[in-house]
Amino acid sequence: MAVLLIAEHNNKELRPFTLNAVTAASQIDSEVHAVIIGQNTAEATKQLSELPLIKKVLSVEAAHYENFTAENFTPVIVKLAENYSHIVCSANTFGKNLMPRIAAHLDTSQVSDIIKVISPDTFLRPIYAGNAFATIKSNDLKKCVTIRPTSFDPCETSGGSAPIEKIDADEEFSNTKFVKREEIKSDRPELGTARIVVSGGRGMQSGDNFKLITEIADKLGAAIGASRAAVDAGYISNDHQVGQTGKVVVPDLYIAIGISGAIQHLAGMKESKVIVAINKDGEAPIFSVADYGLEADLFEAIPQFMEELNKLNTIQK
Amino acid sequence: MKILVAVKRVIDYNVQIRVKEDGTGVVTDNVKMSTNPPDDNAIEEAVKIKEAGNATEVVAITVGEQKAQETVRKALAVGADRGIHVKADGILEPLAVSKILQKIVDKEKPDLVFMGKQAIDDDCNQTGQMLSALLNWPQATFASKIDVKDNKLEVTREIDEGLETIEINVPAIVTCDLRLNEPRYASLPNIMKAKKKPIEEIAASDLGVDVSPRLEQIKVEEPPKRKAGIKVANVAELVQKLKNEAKVI
Repeated sequence: MAVLLIAEHNNKELRPFTLNAVTAASQIDSEVHAVIIGQNTAEATKQLSELPLIKKVLSVEAAHYENFTAENFTPVIVKLAENYSHIVCSANTFGKNLMPRIAAHLDTSQVSDIIKVISPDTFLRPIYAGNAFATIKSNDLKKCVTIRPTSFDPCETSGGSAPIEKIDADEEFSNTKFVKREEIKSDRPELGTARIVVSGGRGMQSGDNFKLITEIADKLGAAIGASRAAVDAGYISNDHQVGQTGKVVVPDLYIAIGISGAIQHLAGMKESKVIVAINKDGEAPIFSVADYGLEADLFEAIPQFMEELNKLNTIQK
Repeated sequence: MKILVAVKRVIDYNVQIRVKEDGTGVVTDNVKMSTNPPDDNAIEEAVKIKEAGNATEVVAITVGEQKAQETVRKALAVGADRGIHVKADGILEPLAVSKILQKIVDKEKPDLVFMGKQAIDDDCNQTGQMLSALLNWPQATFASKIDVKDNKLEVTREIDEGLETIEINVPAIVTCDLRLNEPRYASLPNIMKAKKKPIEEIAASDLGVDVSPRLEQIKVEEPPKRKAGIKVANVAELVQKLKNEAKVI
């Protein structure tokens, strides 16, 4: 039986991690169908149908799907699940909120946040905030799987032409009402998908000092991250938090400034390709994962770093 | 309003995890255990709602082996009124725990069920959502702010794009994020008082729920280690290495 992928979108376009989830789904079975549930999703549905790995698109539209409420999405997917062996989506807040509700209706033990497909019923997933990896085999008839998006490459986005089938909407769940969404707008690359991330920790000492991080991020075209300590201290808003309870990032370059490297922070960044740590405490655990460590006072090092960057003829973007 | 709060006993978040050599799991013998951190936020929020006069009773529940009762005792010491311990040994998957909690909800008839958004041991992030599915109740996951309004809650949720606010009718499930509140410490007099508060013990086998695992844990292993890096002498060397050796800028 085929795999059903739940597309994540904002009604206008697909959200980037849908592409990573498609890749993961295609590693389970080559027959991948995608369901898109929303309101006025014509453009996003078209994007989905153009993904070469998708064999069929199921589109469900109604006003009560506009805000992605799990209680409304669940009955639609549970009905569709009859024809599929696996239900797959990303393990971001969209998928984490939705998939267990589906799994419980299907009486299936969900496999969360996988980082590798070993076989159609066996998966690798991190536990204990990535301090151990567990190989898990599911013996359920239908498998509900969420995937860690940064562990799978995004799929090709053009060349496909999957047929689009309209599916009837289900009833509205009346006990949950959407009120508002406050999205954080930024000209910078998104933290979860940026090629370079510059992060500050408690060592920054104040929210004002985060301007130093901003300057470097601007210069490098990077996203801005932070440790939980910096967020809790109120230096920066929590959507910048990298770590077990924040975002997991896998950039080409991660620069940790004034971050000691608590277990919970390392869990969110230690898979980055190249890690730089700047910290005045030479014993800080961050140095144990850093490819390049600089033991220095960050208030001296950051201005020097800017100077050195300014000397370069070109900087990759 | 009555609030049921589910708590889980896990390896303390400050402990460096060690994987067993035989690949069957992680070392738990002689390791410090505590309440799952966001479950502390769930208890704190329930107690605050009661203190504000919006709830009449806070009941703490855990599911697990005998020692798991410590987490209920701790909840009683910070303001829960009474406890329930559903005794079960071995690995319990979130689906099994949510089925057990469903049975307890049927019996206790709470208006709200709170718990942490995720346990820091298996990192599943499933139980609250599964319980709300089984009960067909509304769910507010990753809550960072809760306002009680008569028979409704207005909940702010932490989502990847920022914040989302939803309104849910009671009865409902809320899973709590770490920024919801600052959990209090138990005072010594309250720890003493908590010893007198009742904890009802129920055998999971008496609830008529099939809790046998559906997933096979084939092996648990150490994550691949990063190769040791180098310390650079100064910023100029760092930038040169990033440009010419790592080729990332």
